[in-house]
Amino acid sequence: MSTVRKTTKKSGGLGQLMIPLVALAILVLFNLIRDPSFFSIEMATNNSGNQVLSGNLISIIDSASGLAIIAMGMTLVTAACGGQDISVGAVGAIAGAFFVKIANTDNGITGGSAILGFIVCVLGTIAFMMFNGTLVAVFKIQPMIATLILFSCGRSIAYWINGSATPQLTSPIIDALGKTIPGIPIPTPIFAVILMAILLALVFKFTNLRLYTQSVGINQGAARLNGINPTAIKLLSFVILGVCVAVAAVIGVSRLHQLNHKTLLVDIEMDAILAVAIGGNNLGGGKFRLLGSVLGAYIIQMLTTTLYSMSVAPVNVKAYKAIVIIIIVVAGSPVIKNKISMLITRIKAGKLQASAAKGVE
Amino acid sequence: MKRREPLNNTQLLMTIAIGIFFVMYIAAMIFMGGGFLKVQQVFDLLNDNAYLIIIGCALTIVMIGGGINISVGGVISLTVMACALYLNGTGLQNAGGIVVAFLLALGIGLAFGAGMGFLISYLDIQPFIVTLAGMFLSRGLTTILSVNPVKVTHEPFLALVKTKIQIPFLGYVAQNGNLIPAKLEIGAVVALLIVIISFLILRYVKLGRNIYALGGNQQSALMLGINVRRTRFLSYVISGLLSGLAGFIFLMHKPAGNASVAMRSEMDAIAASIIGGTLLTGGVGNVIGTFFGVMILATIQKIIGLSPLNESWWQDMASGALLGVFILLQSVVLSSREKRRAQKAAAAPVLQKG
Repeated sequence: MSTVRKTTKKSGGLGQLMIPLVALAILVLFNLIRDPSFFSIEMATNNSGNQVLSGNLISIIDSASGLAIIAMGMTLVTAACGGQDISVGAVGAIAGAFFVKIANTDNGITGGSAILGFIVCVLGTIAFMMFNGTLVAVFKIQPMIATLILFSCGRSIAYWINGSATPQLTSPIIDALGKTIPGIPIPTPIFAVILMAILLALVFKFTNLRLYTQSVGINQGAARLNGINPTAIKLLSFVILGVCVAVAAVIGVSRLHQLNHKTLLVDIEMDAILAVAIGGNNLGGGKFRLLGSVLGAYIIQMLTTTLYSMSVAPVNVKAYKAIVIIIIVVAGSPVIKNKISMLITRIKAGKLQASAAKGVE
Repeated sequence: MKRREPLNNTQLLMTIAIGIFFVMYIAAMIFMGGGFLKVQQVFDLLNDNAYLIIIGCALTIVMIGGGINISVGGVISLTVMACALYLNGTGLQNAGGIVVAFLLALGIGLAFGAGMGFLISYLDIQPFIVTLAGMFLSRGLTTILSVNPVKVTHEPFLALVKTKIQIPFLGYVAQNGNLIPAKLEIGAVVALLIVIISFLILRYVKLGRNIYALGGNQQSALMLGINVRRTRFLSYVISGLLSGLAGFIFLMHKPAGNASVAMRSEMDAIAASIIGGTLLTGGVGNVIGTFFGVMILATIQKIIGLSPLNESWWQDMASGALLGVFILLQSVVLSSREKRRAQKAAAAPVLQKG
């Protein structure tokens, strides 16, 4: 009995975060040994004359913001539906199109139009995500297949919404959203991640959403018999993902100062799914840790930045990234975990035997 | 006497796909006329999409086994680039280089298939993540080999590219009175052969039956004494080999290596499998359906290409909408069947008692 309890405790506690934490630690150590100044942070003056913090660490945390936010939503969808949404990049392009369409008025971007644009962007993104969610929850289609539809035509819809190819955005508001607010030395996207994390944490604290999502993911039928509505929970997870995608899209548009339906959040779906997997979450649904996914997002970004700083050409980064990912997932695979734990028990047993032998002598 | 059994789910979904393909094609013949009235049009669809048909088969086999392989497009780009570089480096007249390039293509496919299959089946890692890493690795290796496009200048290979099977009686008479025979590329023939071979393997060979059993229910397959790990491993090896072959066929269609070759083709192949009646949940599917799935996607693109809406974003939207219709149709058909079956099952005991 005691062993059973032990293992369940392990998987629910810190055990799941072991692999991402170790991976992060190894990356940090590697960078420290390679170049001790890698993590130095200094105050610098940016283009618009503001004092901002700069350094690799800040840029890693800053540029991983969109990925971290989407990874949070992706974790929920994964947990509830047992599958992944591969349309987040394309829907992100649609979200960006909504935002720019409303915010970019004839008088440029004003505070009011930006807020209105953001609201429309969130609502529009939720509507598109509800489409995915309806296919998954009501029509019981595998998430990956259901979201393949928007994956293949989402960017075209974004093009169609916006009408023109790549509108340039120049406004202090866009600067404030994508880079830094004057007077605050930390990039705004980092605050967006913290805000989203706090929001989700509050939701989990004061509602039963976590429990309900996990029970739907583990056994839908059992959840239904216990009075949980699986359809509603799955739809809700897609709505939350929609909000996450909308926020990430606004950050992405503001950072680049332009809307390009082809490059906005491109390939982010793959990175987001990776972040979820590296965070130790089961892609088949069920139990989840949001913190793991966020850590996963930062690991992916740190890996990319490390490779860049080792002067690997951007087009070749994918190959090295793949190798590191394989190492991480192999280390986290159940078979290897079992082997390691067996090895540890054998070593312990060996020590016991050795000490016992000493005692006999 | 044997009673005729009703269609099972696979056959039903496949029949729907085949029916829609013919309806669409006949509609195109009536309303668009022109090229669609010629046999050459069908051959062109086959020629252009031979590689897609092959990776469609690769994905169908893996998906029947309950897995997924999104690295096929990347493996195609890597084989295309590696073979192009090899052919250019081997001396321009060396005809034997073609054989080596072919083996190289199969070798790359085999290496990726076996590597990913090992990680998935023997280390129990989620197939999506492993094949995603495979996709990153193959795309990255492609650009490491060469960032710039590589055009094949190897003469025997270019001669092979130009070799086409000419079928005079399916040709048409051009305006100047000459008979232009219908041309079919070698790649298209290979693709058709692969469809037939995969169909036979899945239907009649023990390995194929094991793959269905594995996808249907892994636990039951294990209890039936099927070597689940080995079966799954082999399904990935086959799909890797097929992607390598698809890369070689791609090079025979367009003899140039490029980092963006076959971009997103994995998603097209998945879409084609779905349209053809393969379910991602495993245990259900058929390569014949996948073949028609590819043909449906290709026909749609052709129709839009010839219509006034000839813009890439219209093509995307149309294929997206089409995919949506198919997916919904499948879901509705399957769930209504299930309901009917459940009702029958509920009614049956009562009848027995009576």
